[in-house]
Amino acid sequence: MISLDALRAREVRACARLMRWLDDGLPEARVLLKQLYPHAGKAWLVGITGNPGAGKSTLVDGLIQKFRTRGQTVAVVAVDPSSPFSRGAILGDRIRMQQHALDEGVFIRSFATRGHLGGLASTTADVVHALDAMGWDVILVETVGVGQDEVEIQNLAHTTLVVMAPGMGDEIQAIKAGILEIADVFVVNKADRDGADRTVRELQMMLELGSSVEEPEDGRGHESQARKDFAGPMRRLGPRGWRPRIVKTVGLTGEGLDGLVEAMLEHKKAYQEAMKDVDFKKALLRREFLEIFRRTLLQRGWSYLMHEDHIREIVEELFGGKTDPYTLAEQAVSALGRL
Amino acid sequence: MTEQRKLRILIAKPGLDGHDRGAKVVARSLRDAGMEVIYTGLHQTPEMIVATAIQEDVDAVGLSIMSGAHNVLMPAVVEGLRQKGGGDIVVFGGGIIPDDDIPRLREQGVHQIFTPGTSTENIVKWIRENIKPR
Ligand SMILES: Nc1nc2c(ncn2[C@@H]2O[C@H](COP(=O)(O)OP(=O)(O)OP(=O)(O)O)[C@@H](O)[C@H]2O)c(=O)[nH]1
Ligand SMILES: [Mg+2]
Repeated sequence: MISLDALRAREVRACARLMRWLDDGLPEARVLLKQLYPHAGKAWLVGITGNPGAGKSTLVDGLIQKFRTRGQTVAVVAVDPSSPFSRGAILGDRIRMQQHALDEGVFIRSFATRGHLGGLASTTADVVHALDAMGWDVILVETVGVGQDEVEIQNLAHTTLVVMAPGMGDEIQAIKAGILEIADVFVVNKADRDGADRTVRELQMMLELGSSVEEPEDGRGHESQARKDFAGPMRRLGPRGWRPRIVKTVGLTGEGLDGLVEAMLEHKKAYQEAMKDVDFKKALLRREFLEIFRRTLLQRGWSYLMHEDHIREIVEELFGGKTDPYTLAEQAVSALGRL
Repeated sequence: MTEQRKLRILIAKPGLDGHDRGAKVVARSLRDAGMEVIYTGLHQTPEMIVATAIQEDVDAVGLSIMSGAHNVLMPAVVEGLRQKGGGDIVVFGGGIIPDDDIPRLREQGVHQIFTPGTSTENIVKWIRENIKPR
């Protein structure tokens, strides 16, 4: 058993246990999530995404240091991909953060995607909300390296950093991958290498043209958006009028990190300002609910199908050829309400 | 939530030696066997390994030691885990470890020692048979 008190006191064993229950999808974890919910909402959630090897973990390591110096506690959620073949994973982000292993004001946890696409694990949102409720001040979420659709972090983080490095052909790739749209702050890391200034200039140009940068929405008209939200990708919500900052860093030496923190804090302030608006808050609540609703529905549906072998009966019926899968799927969904 | 239990193993290299090839080979073969492996790199102190194991809520810790300091480092990790409430985390080890040292290490709470030449298949097999997700 895990006690709420232990979690609220940020006892490391209890924290770690709950993370495991969430990761493994134990029903007990959901009970705790409900109890924790009223305590969440105080932490600052920061997403760190960007190409593989761009220096995300190294920057997280440096950021931990900066926030600790400011007297804040830091939790890190580091996500690495699971192998699609063996479903195993090597979780190596922590290597770069080991100098903080003994600091009790720092909690670092590695997760594998376990087949989930989008750059996070399917339970990352729950994990982050739990850490928030436990009272960690800053929660840094490192995603897997960005590809086409790995932009889920934007639905979770208050502030999203997109990290790139010069000389990796990143600049062009990034545009293709569509990650430009999700950046609140661009970090051009490895500024000790040639080409960093060019990358900065290219980013600046793109921002000035404004073509590929979508301004965040502040929640106005959020009610009419409900159907779109559920069907398609979630909308990006953030302070209206925010122009992404561009910061150069050398993760290895910590150069430029103060500037990065400053840019992040500016965004945090703008975000908190936006939060004063009722519509923005409601849009956030709507988005959160829809995501939890979607997962709850899937979980319920799945356990119904596995319960008493319903799936086998369905397959038999289909095999008999007297009905169609559309009708049976509708029937199964109707049956959910009666569980 | 859909239940999906996975073995989580920390592979760590305590001590000063700079050879992590063996540790990496083991890490990869555990991954290929479907396990989740947390790898923390070189030069870890027993305290760091213990803290990491607790934070990551692993089922087992595998220690790779080539420096000859196993008689100190391995029991230190076992004892540290006990003190931090992780006494149920299984500790195993590998590296250059003389046969004569093995009985005493086992007595001190190291569950298994794999000497050089042990196939990774055997390590995977032992883990599967002896460690369950908690
Ligand atoms: N030259 C240089 N190398 C850096 C810098 N920052 C990080 N690196 C190196 O770049 C490599 C990758 O760094 P990580 O921090 O692991 O990158 P990552 O984005 O977390 O990588 P993944 O999680 O694998 O996608 C490491 O070898 C770092 O030491 C930097 O500012 N300059
Ligand atoms: Mg990383």
